[in-house]
Amino acid sequence: MSTTETSSGVSPVEGAAVYTVDNPAPVIQPPRQRTKKTPKSTRGNFEMYGWLFMRLSGVVLVVLVIGHLLIQLVLDGGVSKIGFAFVAGRWASPWWQVWDLLMLWLAMLHGCNGLRTVINDYAERAGTRLWLKALLYTATVWTILLGTLVIFTFDPNIR
Amino acid sequence: MATPVLDKADAAGKPEPGFADSPYITVTFRIRRFNPEVSAEAAWQDFQLEIDPKERVLDGLHKIKWEQDGTLTFRRSCAHGICGSDAMRINGRNRLACKTLIKDINPEKPITIEPIKGLTVLKDLVVDMEPFFQAYRDVMPFLITKDTNEPTRERRQSPEDRARFDDTTKCILCAACTSSCPVFWNDGQYFGPAAIVNAHRFIFDSRDDAGEQRLEILNDKDGVWRCRTTFNCTDACPRGIEVTKAIAEVKRALITRRF
Repeated sequence: MSTTETSSGVSPVEGAAVYTVDNPAPVIQPPRQRTKKTPKSTRGNFEMYGWLFMRLSGVVLVVLVIGHLLIQLVLDGGVSKIGFAFVAGRWASPWWQVWDLLMLWLAMLHGCNGLRTVINDYAERAGTRLWLKALLYTATVWTILLGTLVIFTFDPNIR
Repeated sequence: MATPVLDKADAAGKPEPGFADSPYITVTFRIRRFNPEVSAEAAWQDFQLEIDPKERVLDGLHKIKWEQDGTLTFRRSCAHGICGSDAMRINGRNRLACKTLIKDINPEKPITIEPIKGLTVLKDLVVDMEPFFQAYRDVMPFLITKDTNEPTRERRQSPEDRARFDDTTKCILCAACTSSCPVFWNDGQYFGPAAIVNAHRFIFDSRDDAGEQRLEILNDKDGVWRCRTTFNCTDACPRGIEVTKAIAEVKRALITRRF
């Protein structure tokens, strides 16, 4: 009948059973079990707007990113044409400034929100979640601010 | 009379195991065993049994419990796919043991049977369903009406209005969907598909007046927005409920506020 018998729970030294009916082994609880008191209700539409933002920004990003890749890598000589002069020429036009700014903000927020949900799903301990998210938000804010600053203060005559 | 006829058929048409024309085959059940009174570790144990492949996995489990190892522990009540007690992970998929025929899951290889995931295993295939039912209770799965007076006549409903939530009335609360959801595995605070399905059943019921309240409950951090649309729940549902579609309808109702 049985071929792969399980460990008997008898410790090798004493030869007595470690776990008995009166002293059962601890059961392993899955992460963050729901109880009568949790989750606490927060009452807000943040998660809904986050979910909607992911869908809408995703659609816009498809156009922005594919257009960006086409211009930068495929059309008009491909990647070899890119240099300081090319970038300076493009950012002289408000159209490309707005394009790049929109792409920067949407991509960063989209990615940030995506990672936020990944952290919420997979980081089990509250402390881990807090630190990972702090790191994520710092990086996001830093990148967005720096990118925005560069787009608006770009000086083609820099020496 | 029926009884003699049955007796005759029984005697003529059922060869014993081991004969050439026997319908019985040898199947290996590889069962995930856990007994906290013996060991802290869960481990696989193989059982071999002679069984008609047209029988169900539950029959095999009964055969093991009754003839080989009485300590094998699992839940079952009606044994006919309606009480929702015997959801388990069979060959890596959540199914009801009483609705799964052995011939349908390749009996040539060992059939693996585990408890459903994401809930505390108490013994062998028995899990603690309390967090699951807590989520169910939290969506208020009962009729709530504005008028507190006792109705003087039947609450009428058109067939069209009834059809809107017909699919989600089929739920038997077996937890096959919720325990197949990867979000639920990692975070038990998520309501899970089954609770959302049962909220859907009342949100879209024209006789019920607390749809807004239920939507608000599911709008929270651990509500419908945590669904990642992996369709595991739809695949797992032994009643064929389109679970992911029901969740999507709740999401849409939250955005458009029309239901």
